[in-house]
Amino acid sequence: MSKDIEMGIIKADKLVHEFIRRDEEGNVESITTALDQVDLDVKEGQFIAILGHNGSGKSTLAKHINALLSPTEGSLWVDGMDVQEEENVIPVRRTAGMVFQNPDNQIIASVVEEDVGFGPENIGVPTDEIWERVAHSLAAVGMTKYRKHSPNKLSGGQKQRVAIAGVVAMEPKCIVFDEPTAMLDPNGRKEVISTAHELNRKKGVTILLITHYMEEVVDADYIYVMEKGQIVMQGTPREIFSRVEELKEHRLDVPQVTLVADELRKTGLDIPAGILTREELVDAIMRLR
Amino acid sequence: MIRDITIGQYYPAESAIHKLDPRVKLFSTLIYIIALFCFRGIAGFVIITAALAAVIKISKVPFKFMVKGLKAIVILLLITGVFNLLFTPGDITIWSWGPFKLTDAGISNAILMVLRLIYLILGTSLMTLTTTPNQLTDGLEKVLGPLNKIHVPVHAIAMMMSIALRFIPILIEETDKIMKAQMARGADFENGNLIQKARNMIPLLIPLFVSAFRRADDLAMAMEARCYSGGEGRTKMKPLTYDKKDYIAYILDSVFIVLVVAARVFVPFPM
Amino acid sequence: MSIILDKVNYCYSEGTAYQIQALKDINLEILDGQFIGIIGHTGSGKSTLTQLLNGLLKATSGNIYVDGKDIYDEDYNMRDLRNKVGLVFQYPDHQLFETTNFEDVCFGPKNQGLDRKEIELRAFEALRNVGFPEELYYQPPFDLSGGQKRRVAIAGVLAMKPDVLILDEPTAGLDPAGRDEILGLVARMHKELGITIILVSHSMEDVAKYVDRLIVMNQGEVMYDGAPKEVFPHYKELEAVGLAAPQVTYLMHELKEKGLDVNVNATTVKEAAEDILHALQ
Repeated sequence: MSKDIEMGIIKADKLVHEFIRRDEEGNVESITTALDQVDLDVKEGQFIAILGHNGSGKSTLAKHINALLSPTEGSLWVDGMDVQEEENVIPVRRTAGMVFQNPDNQIIASVVEEDVGFGPENIGVPTDEIWERVAHSLAAVGMTKYRKHSPNKLSGGQKQRVAIAGVVAMEPKCIVFDEPTAMLDPNGRKEVISTAHELNRKKGVTILLITHYMEEVVDADYIYVMEKGQIVMQGTPREIFSRVEELKEHRLDVPQVTLVADELRKTGLDIPAGILTREELVDAIMRLR
Repeated sequence: MIRDITIGQYYPAESAIHKLDPRVKLFSTLIYIIALFCFRGIAGFVIITAALAAVIKISKVPFKFMVKGLKAIVILLLITGVFNLLFTPGDITIWSWGPFKLTDAGISNAILMVLRLIYLILGTSLMTLTTTPNQLTDGLEKVLGPLNKIHVPVHAIAMMMSIALRFIPILIEETDKIMKAQMARGADFENGNLIQKARNMIPLLIPLFVSAFRRADDLAMAMEARCYSGGEGRTKMKPLTYDKKDYIAYILDSVFIVLVVAARVFVPFPM
Repeated sequence: MSIILDKVNYCYSEGTAYQIQALKDINLEILDGQFIGIIGHTGSGKSTLTQLLNGLLKATSGNIYVDGKDIYDEDYNMRDLRNKVGLVFQYPDHQLFETTNFEDVCFGPKNQGLDRKEIELRAFEALRNVGFPEELYYQPPFDLSGGQKRRVAIAGVLAMKPDVLILDEPTAGLDPAGRDEILGLVARMHKELGITIILVSHSMEDVAKYVDRLIVMNQGEVMYDGAPKEVFPHYKELEAVGLAAPQVTYLMHELKEKGLDVNVNATTVKEAAEDILHALQ
């Protein structure tokens, strides 16, 4: 595929990844298919969510986008670059940054600003510009106040914002969030999700949010639901949220508001499908009076 | 308890010592250690004490905080003290029992060794308290840079050290949590003889190792994702450059060591 | 077995510049057989409280009485307390260490000084009670999924036959399905084994449908203590301290404000749907 054909920033074509486990003699013991024929097409500037429970393959997908894993079959292009080409690895990582689940295990430095500078240092950014980028990135995630602090004294949400700043400082076009809220409390979760939205809105960064919390994806542009390595549902939040039974089958946690709306709809009340927020439901109910 | 270890921790503050080039601090620490082991006589001791006190004062690290770090080595201090006290031959024997002897030289040796150790810990922890691990490793990397020519992976060593220092507090906290989790299941880390104690550590060490390996794995991936690929082609956010205060510090270092040596030559008593 | 806390205070790093008052004048009475949820965000003192209850931390001041005995009396045996009050910590990875799951569960009873037969009996019973699949009994704990690890960790404490079982954030890091399974398991253990259960969490929504008493902690103090239906009406105050009441609570209050006559005390989806229907008719 050539670059001049209209192609999204991330495009996966029948992507397959198999984890092969071998015994001591090198014989194949078991093969786990973590990704099974995944097609994905993300346009620049979109906010995409990938939902799925643990073991659904969503993290494996994320690691491909950052060239941390290589496809067994199929292809993946990031900004037109084939991730399987050796010389593309670093450019791909500069284009698509990644924020991981555990905030502690991705902060390298003992001072916030030094950690944010780590990425730019690696890609050879000149010193003066590193300082500018660090200042910018910390401001973008609202952590300027803490630039001289030790990451150890920060809350989970704050640490995660530092990690985000560290990625932002590399000025990627796209950021993949791999379950960034799984280890955080409700306050921390809100901080991280709103930071992601802000980056998308203000800087036009393409966001891929991988999570198992449905309430975090309400504001996404498009949602993919994964199960057993496959994409089993896709659509806008409204389309996805209207398929309550299916979501339950995929062991997802449908928000209470959507559930109440669904219950009411089932009794024959005239309530639109795919209710996302409390306000919508209140309006819909009040209209029935 | 276990959280009280301050060696290797960084204490953020705005002080002249914090702002010094890490190479200066490394060199000064070296000078200080040499001075500690070669001084003789009360005059030398006074000079070292005064220098240490002055630097602690300037560094703005609370003295209380530093003393907390000493708690961790109380046992070591006691052992050193007792050994020196009981096994040093001397001119005047005050008391003896079997192989144990309490002599004048023993007493002064014990005092001297314990003081040396305390000063050593205070001085070196002052360096780590005022220098971020990254600065410290930057300094080491630069100082040891010439070794690169004989194929010593200086950058890799420096990076490993900086990561180790970043994770020490995290692993200490984790050790605390694991201990509590096992104590809740009736584990006993305090009683028993040495062999039992060693065996009792297994429920602590295994989860700690498993977790440390997992962290190492995660961290390696996170570093790769941020385009880390060794020292080549890297720039520095905080490149090391000397300025006036660093040269002044070097001069003060020289004055200090000259004074200690002079004290040793001219006033080598009462030790 | 009842636990009474009388003006309990706890201070970290007392007497230093880093002093943090983690608990302030806590008065609580925990009765036999209750199913309690302790809710609070990070740093509210809830974890400190659980560690006081089984003697891992000692209160800086105040008294704790277990079965009428002061646990800070000199002749009180702390081991007894830990046998009576079991505490399962947040991350199972912090406690699993044996070569097999079964052996790991044996660790607690072994420390209680029981004989081998009794130890194994208890381990079997505990693993069965947490619904752990039999084919995994003799597998190493390190390869298990998050949910299964959690079960082994709970079994490891359950095998010590505590009268009170405290679970600190037992669902942290699990996905929704795993979370529902563990919470369902805890609820079942409460019913079938008749033990007192204290569930520590930062999520109201998770805990609300299971417990019969909620203790809300904020900045080291007990903010609310009562049945979920008594606590949720304070949803505005809860939100102010960073805790959210279940979405249903908000929904019902908003409908009521708009003039629909609904019962604001509904806490579950089912109750809410039925009540809205009723109000619309």
